[in-house]
Amino acid sequence: MKRIILLLCVILQSLQTFSQENNSVEMATGLRSSGKIYVVVVVISVIFIGLAAYLFTIDKRLKKIERENER
Amino acid sequence: MTKSWWKILATVLILYSIIGGLLINVPALPILHETIRNLYFHVPMWFSMLTLYLISVIYSVKYLNSGNPNHDLMAVESVNVGVIFCFLGLLTGMLWANITWGEPWPNDPKLNSSAISTLMYLAYLVLRNSIEEEQKRAKISAIYNIFAFPVMIVLLFILPRLTDSLHPGNGGNPGFGGYDLDDTMKLVLYPTFIGWILMAVWIMTLRYRIRIVEYKQEHHNQG
Repeated sequence: MKRIILLLCVILQSLQTFSQENNSVEMATGLRSSGKIYVVVVVISVIFIGLAAYLFTIDKRLKKIERENER
Repeated sequence: MTKSWWKILATVLILYSIIGGLLINVPALPILHETIRNLYFHVPMWFSMLTLYLISVIYSVKYLNSGNPNHDLMAVESVNVGVIFCFLGLLTGMLWANITWGEPWPNDPKLNSSAISTLMYLAYLVLRNSIEEEQKRAKISAIYNIFAFPVMIVLLFILPRLTDSLHPGNGGNPGFGGYDLDDTMKLVLYPTFIGWILMAVWIMTLRYRIRIVEYKQEHHNQG
């Protein structure tokens, strides 16, 4: 788990280095440079990881029922 | 654990699409602005739906060949989950259209034909529920499904291309695959497709396995 968090931090860090300049079209670069978009990304990621983990537990439970059913 | 590697892959790819989709730079285009990122979330819904409908039609053909009730169950559950992804695609498309085209449902051939194809698949589910007898239900709905699939392809990918449409990739309108989609976007977009398709198939197999257990119990109780 620690490794995953560390990896995530490294990815986020590396993304920060891509920054846009000379833009006539309005983009959320300000939001990005202030760093607050990361909060949103983390929130969405947490929700998604939660749902995916939930799917895994449903899968596991179903496997158990299938096994019992075969007997 | 060894069999579920693709489920983990699906999770990782979608997670990548969320992080990369929101943070990696996108081309700055008028009208679209940051909403171009919707491409990473709206389009995969439709691709997932297509994959599920394709699985469904394959299993309908298989059912007609074999008469194996499991094949029929696979066909239904694929449509069941496919319809969910279809509605997600419609809703996300409406939200996106509201911002870029000014209204959630402009009278556009792409949108209208997608609505018709949605109704067609809902009709498949209604048709199934209206037939009591098991084998008759499976056979009739399999035949309906085989007819519905090519019509859906025509409605979604051929007819809108023949007229004018607001939707990218239709009616002389270049898709995002043209000049809008640069290489960094492809780097996120393609894994996203794989991730969501695998996720959709995963949910479908869960429902299918539940149906199998239910089916076995029903027949066990009868016998």
